Amino acid sequence: MLSATNLGILRGERVLFEGVSLSVAPGEAVILRGANGAGKTTLLRILAGLTRPEAGNVTREATHHWIGHREGLKPHETPRTHLKLWGQAWGAEADIDAVLREMGLSRPADVAGRYLSAGQKRRTALARLMLDNRAIWLLDEPFTALDTEGRDQLLAMVARHRQSGGAVIAAVHGDAGFAASREMGL
Amino acid sequence: MSPKPILSAFRQALSEAWAGGAGALLPLGFFAGAAVLVPLGIGTEPGMLRAVGPGILWVSLALSSLVTLERIFQSDVEDGTLDLWLQAGAPVSAIAAAKTFAHWLTAGLPLALMSPVLALMFQAEASLSLLTGALIYGLGGLAFFFWGGVGAALSATVRRGGLLIALIALPLYVPTAIFGSMAMRGAAFGDTAPLLLAASTLFALAAAPFAMAAALRLAAD
Repeated sequence: MLSATNLGILRGERVLFEGVSLSVAPGEAVILRGANGAGKTTLLRILAGLTRPEAGNVTREATHHWIGHREGLKPHETPRTHLKLWGQAWGAEADIDAVLREMGLSRPADVAGRYLSAGQKRRTALARLMLDNRAIWLLDEPFTALDTEGRDQLLAMVARHRQSGGAVIAAVHGDAGFAASREMGL
Repeated sequence: MSPKPILSAFRQALSEAWAGGAGALLPLGFFAGAAVLVPLGIGTEPGMLRAVGPGILWVSLALSSLVTLERIFQSDVEDGTLDLWLQAGAPVSAIAAAKTFAHWLTAGLPLALMSPVLALMFQAEASLSLLTGALIYGLGGLAFFFWGGVGAALSATVRRGGLLIALIALPLYVPTAIFGSMAMRGAAFGDTAPLLLAASTLFALAAAPFAMAAALRLAAD
């Protein structure tokens, strides 16, 4: 579904990583491991097409979702307006109320982003995964700021996504909570 | 390609401008402030005010367009929205143009609409030509906002990038400033000056989005 060969990138004068190859097939999950600054985020950004690698190339055979460590939520947006906006932008017909309920965002659905807690913002970002059915999920530290309930919710979403033939590539610290097809150290 | 992401970007930029409240009014205050202070600075002799008025308004318009541009792309970089727009499946240049146009609607169009009132303060005679003037200010302002948008996109990752935006954008403002003030002085140049101004605005609309797109891709890299 997604494959990358021989990726290499410079950051400043320094080689961040080189010769990195990876691929995912439907139903698989790849977990990226590495110390802080090892280049997990950069690798994910290359896979998403946001950063151009100095060497190697990436082929994506399906559309993807991107959850970065910045949520993409504006201070004036509420979870409801945020999901509505991206639903419209992507031409997705998801039921916003149902998505909000499932993510446990019914109560703060109309609270502006600047008043939301870090966990609520993270849940709003993760709710985008349910707006539109896309085969590849690129997740950068998706569990950050989530409580146990939010964590379980995300794990359930990942399991469902893989069952229906989706693929996940995630950068995770510590216990991922789901069985990875492969772990990759950077 | 679907136009939906472009419409959504436009809508988000509009609602952000409204939510920013005073942010959108800042250029208006700057514009009006300059017009109020200049007569105090150079004296109130009506003939002189009438002579310098259009030029002063034109310069104020150019400078006040720079006041809020800093935020249009920088906030997107900071909150991660830029990453989402870059992956939205629409040409980045169209997204950037939609955002800049929305910004002009909320911060630039009010300047043009207010210009007749300010022109009266400079002893201009009340006539229909004031409305023609508003049209010319609107047209020029659009070019200023698009060139300023290039500066804003280039300095999107720079904190306190306001000065940088001014340095990048001001040389690009020159053609519009020249044709615009020619158009305001009218008679001496006949009908060609407004057409040249319109041409320079069209050029800005056509070229600036691609420069913004390249700069935004670089900002996300």
